[in-house]
Amino acid sequence: MAPIRLKDIAGKTEKFARGHRLCPGCGAAITVRQVMLAVGDRPVVVATATGCMEIGTSLFPHTSWRVPWIHTNFPNAASTISGVEAMYRAKRKKGEVSKKIKFIAFGGDGGTYDIGFQALSGAAERGHDFVYICLNNEGYMNTGGQRSSATPMGADTTTSPSGKVLPGKIQWRKDMVRVMAEHGIYAAQACPSKWMDLMRKVEKALEIDGPAYIDVLIPCPTGWKGDPSQSLVTVQKAVDACYWPLYEIEGYKIKLNYKPKEKIPITEWFRSQGRFQHLLKPEYKDLVAKIQAEVDRRWERLLKDAGEA
Amino acid sequence: MRTLTGNEAIAEAMRQVNPDVIAAYPITPSTPVVEKFAKFVADGVVDTELVTTESEHSAMSACVGAAAAGGRVMTATGAVGLAFMFEVIYVASSFRLPIVVAIANRALNAPLNIHGDHSDTMAARDSGWIQLYSENPQECYDNIIQAVKIAEHPKVRTPVMVCFDGFQTSHMIENLYVEPDEVVKRFIGEYKPIYPLLDYEHPVTYGAWDRPDYLMEHKRSQVEGLYAALEVINDVGKEYEKLTGRRYGLIEAYKLEDAELGIVVMSATASTVKDVVNKLREQGVKAGLLRIRAFRPFPASEVAKNLASLKSVAVLDRSWTGGAIGGPLFHEVCSALYNLDTHPKVVNYIYGIGGRDVYPEHIEGVYQDLSKIAKTGRIERLLGYLNLRE
Repeated sequence: MAPIRLKDIAGKTEKFARGHRLCPGCGAAITVRQVMLAVGDRPVVVATATGCMEIGTSLFPHTSWRVPWIHTNFPNAASTISGVEAMYRAKRKKGEVSKKIKFIAFGGDGGTYDIGFQALSGAAERGHDFVYICLNNEGYMNTGGQRSSATPMGADTTTSPSGKVLPGKIQWRKDMVRVMAEHGIYAAQACPSKWMDLMRKVEKALEIDGPAYIDVLIPCPTGWKGDPSQSLVTVQKAVDACYWPLYEIEGYKIKLNYKPKEKIPITEWFRSQGRFQHLLKPEYKDLVAKIQAEVDRRWERLLKDAGEA
Repeated sequence: MRTLTGNEAIAEAMRQVNPDVIAAYPITPSTPVVEKFAKFVADGVVDTELVTTESEHSAMSACVGAAAAGGRVMTATGAVGLAFMFEVIYVASSFRLPIVVAIANRALNAPLNIHGDHSDTMAARDSGWIQLYSENPQECYDNIIQAVKIAEHPKVRTPVMVCFDGFQTSHMIENLYVEPDEVVKRFIGEYKPIYPLLDYEHPVTYGAWDRPDYLMEHKRSQVEGLYAALEVINDVGKEYEKLTGRRYGLIEAYKLEDAELGIVVMSATASTVKDVVNKLREQGVKAGLLRIRAFRPFPASEVAKNLASLKSVAVLDRSWTGGAIGGPLFHEVCSALYNLDTHPKVVNYIYGIGGRDVYPEHIEGVYQDLSKIAKTGRIERLLGYLNLRE
């Protein structure tokens, strides 16, 4: 595949139209725009789980989607697109559809890691030809910032608030890319601040005959309590702290896509957002050390698995 | 003539319809429907894409996705399976997708019970689906075929549940008429989807977000499909009769013309009631039966027309209805009669919960109660139970 060039994508009619209702600095909007540009001229049908992306782009009688698009409920973007794709196969078999059509499902981390996990795992096992993209802002941001199983340890959310005896969320986050890769499918971790890497992964996933999963860490200025103008700078800190490494797994083989020149401490990532501010206080020194140790452990494991250590 | 169970009759009808997609998750007592269909797929006798999902929630989600993509879609379920589909069945009807679902009626937990009653589909009665209740395997077969035509009618475009009593009709073996494949194919005709997702050159948005400024209008327009179905169900029934000689409408009125005492019931129990009516007629008792085939849309004017002149009526409900004064069928019948100038006294009996048997003597008992009410004009007990240990 030839590398994506800015001059090729600039000036294309965007399939994700301007004028959506997502927040300023929303990483989901930026990511979906990148994804739809990576789709290029391929015919595509998109399914979206209930969440920010859905309500921000489909307020009746308006739509941001210049492609066929379907939203049903919160837990079932994967099973909804399974049905669409099954109908496509049925129609192709009968010769009623001749052109190749691609299928993409978007879900937030709630609709992916939690309530939508069963449908996603089932669809991956059945081998439907679709790309599932998790717009992961590490919480239920559409409903006011509650914790999810993608929320990192120590984060202050409305259902895991930091208080007198608890520091915020007390569990580690689910390592979803690894979980999905164990279905024997292409799985990748990406970030909109590294747009070329993200778009290349989308293109690759689209070309794969079968399910593919891409987990994108997206900044949420509202839920993360960060500066909207610094969204991509903020999220890049997660990558440079090796908290959110960019890698892909194909045929159970891990490939690291980006190695920061200098690994920054996790506190730099914490400092950029309101949800972690309490962790910077001296009383949470031990917890921060514990989190740093876990980030290091996961990074070292990844380097080893990718043959980079 | 074929010897088939209710489940097999449904699978046979599905084979003849040859839908584009079936997405299903097996549940007792409808499991044999999908098992039999899976064998048709394995043997290559149908073109269907069979999506064996990991849950009923995903089965209905995939059905919605497939139907929105633009083709014929079916599934089978019941009980907790239907309950697990619940949030998605509203989507199916709101999108006006002509999905046909075979439902082997079964009790809802708890305690766990896998046997027949109507609690599952009664819980889904307000979901905007058409509901047809089948008396026997023959009607299961006939209903599936008619359901395709009803659901796809341009004025209707609404999904249909074909309901039948779990472990009674589902497993009961009967000699039934199966029409030739070509006849079924001609009857249902070609399906022309409206706004299919796969037409990528004309992109559409399914499932937008409605604020308070639109949802009422959308729901109001959706219900028009159900109202239109009242006429379409009758029309399709007449057309089917011309083809097969078997007559179907919204209701079945059995010896009601001159009746004084009437029972209203749905599904398999109607056969037991018919036997009792025959026996009572021999004894000179003016007994009759009104069987509701279409519970949604509810045929209120036909019910009123057929019951108005009776002296007393008993409605038999086969569902557990927490905290209500009687079952859902009772409420509908009372509503249909209430504004008439004269109407019969109406009482309610709950029966058959969790597969509990109902014998002819129980039905005879109901007619005896009705006879007493007809004579005295007084209702002593509004709500009773049949074959209950008390």
